Amino acid sequence: MPVNPIPQLNLPHSNATQRVAPKGCWLVQSLTPKRTMRQLQRDLTRYTPEQMRSFEWDLHGITSLDHIGAQMLWAAWGKQRPAQLHLPAAYEAVFEHLEQVRGLALAKSHTSPFHWLSQIGDRTLGFADHLQHMLLLMGQLSLDFLRLLANPARGPWKEVSANIYRAGFQALGITALVGMLIGVVISYLSAQQLRNFGADVFIVNMLGIAIIRELGPMLAAILVAGRSGSAITAQLGVMRVTEELDAMTVMGISQGFRLVLPKVIALAIAMPLLVIWTDVAALIGGMIAANMELGISYEFFLMKLRDVVPLANYWIGLGKGVVFGILIALVACHFGLRIRPNTESLGRGTTSSVVTAITVVIFADAIFAVVFRGIGIQF
Amino acid sequence: MTSAPNIIEIDHLCTCFGRTVVHQDINLRVAQGEILSVVGGSGSGKTVLMRQMLGLERPYSGSVKVFGVDVHRSKRQALQDVRNNWGMLFQHGALYSALSVFENVARPLRELRTLPEDVITDIVLLKLHMVGLGPEHAKKMPANLSGGMIKRVALARAIALDPKLLFLDEPTAGLDPDRSESFVSLIKDLHANLNLTVVMVTHDLDTLFALSGRIAVLADKRVITTGSTREVVKFQHPFVEHFFLGGRGLRALDAMADQEKMRQ
Repeated sequence: MPVNPIPQLNLPHSNATQRVAPKGCWLVQSLTPKRTMRQLQRDLTRYTPEQMRSFEWDLHGITSLDHIGAQMLWAAWGKQRPAQLHLPAAYEAVFEHLEQVRGLALAKSHTSPFHWLSQIGDRTLGFADHLQHMLLLMGQLSLDFLRLLANPARGPWKEVSANIYRAGFQALGITALVGMLIGVVISYLSAQQLRNFGADVFIVNMLGIAIIRELGPMLAAILVAGRSGSAITAQLGVMRVTEELDAMTVMGISQGFRLVLPKVIALAIAMPLLVIWTDVAALIGGMIAANMELGISYEFFLMKLRDVVPLANYWIGLGKGVVFGILIALVACHFGLRIRPNTESLGRGTTSSVVTAITVVIFADAIFAVVFRGIGIQF
Repeated sequence: MTSAPNIIEIDHLCTCFGRTVVHQDINLRVAQGEILSVVGGSGSGKTVLMRQMLGLERPYSGSVKVFGVDVHRSKRQALQDVRNNWGMLFQHGALYSALSVFENVARPLRELRTLPEDVITDIVLLKLHMVGLGPEHAKKMPANLSGGMIKRVALARAIALDPKLLFLDEPTAGLDPDRSESFVSLIKDLHANLNLTVVMVTHDLDTLFALSGRIAVLADKRVITTGSTREVVKFQHPFVEHFFLGGRGLRALDAMADQEKMRQ
């Protein structure tokens, strides 16, 4: 790239000469180095636009001029030509362009003093809109489910199977790892406390109930919400951006039946299986830690586990798995289908999908805790 | 035009994707101030050639020099200088969807980091005016624009820094004939006003004949011929005959001849 001469304004220093002859290359690339720009800005704002216009301007010294360079002068002149302006013919067009847009201005956006009130209103309506959409989605899901029951052979089984593979099988590694580590951590912490009371053997009760009833389902749900929930939302969102959803509508392929239903069924099947898997991993981790810390043998741990954890806990855990799976899929689909065709909406939708899915799962867990409070726990 | 310096110099360029060879030994020069169109069948690597000039694809061998700077093997600062001197109009606009029309056009100006805010505002309004958009559109988001408006905003963004070199990828694809016509005259005006060098990829024969000063034909992985419309049409090659002398080509050529007669 050729090196261009630095643009200079050469303002008159005394009142004797009233002639300004800018020099150099007034192109954007040579204007923008910080030092040049600072010097120019200082020169251009030294006089008021009226004073600037009263000088005699000779632009023949400028080697090249683009719209940005011309705009700098134009702004200093107060968006009018000075009375005495010697302009090379080549630059005439540039200033004509500037003259054409002299009157244009951006519309000012003004905020009313009751902006906060309308924002509260917007938020409320937005929340109501979410609820309504969610309700519609659930209604559509029920109808689609009836349709599936009426004619199971024509169900979207391929999609279901693919989703079970993605959301279930591919999550086995991470759920086992996290489950095992949490099992170890809880076992170590409670072992120290229980030893103080000489209640070592109760570690089996504690781990058994806590993991099978609470932690297994919760861990699996949180991991699946983060892993598969975000993937579902992003997938549906991209399908919106690329107009695939519209293409499906045009072909008469039901979005609910082919996109939402298989994901819900897949997660309803995969989640309880993942819950069992996470339970096993966490119990193994807890068992190893109990053995090392309290010297409880593996045989004793397994024998005792069968006696102290009523089977009801296991069923509650599995039931939670099914419900959490359905909730995660529903929330993910809900946010995915609401994404507008632009990148920002995609990012925001995916974030709120994961956050909402985890919150909803914890809510549901609390409801489970209240409903089943007397069941499966020995006193 | 032969005396004008070369803005783009492509030497012995080969491009491969995996085992597919797209370009084999391509040599091409673009002189200052000309409008060069690259034509070729679908999948002949026109867009890839343009992406090579922009440094978006890496060559297997050979070199691409723009303003004398090798776009694949140069330092960051040298490349940035080149990038401040070119503008690109992507086929689908490639507007930043999170930014408003105003912010999209202001982006290249803001990236310079020194221009004062009032100058940026005026320049953006000027560029929008040059592509025929008023200030009432400035606050809109790209998602709410029609296809033709997206192209116009993208063009305003491409010329925001008064580039010396403008790349156009299918500038009139997806526009109705009336809009195509005004877009073509818009580019003609800009070419005359800003002293632009234009490199264009297009399928649209009307646009091609209306704009190009020179045409480069891409077929069989090479540039088989370059020259003015008349020279290229006479070239003996199956692709050229199908492309220019099929039904559509003849109609467009007729229309061009008629227009020239009308002018005389």
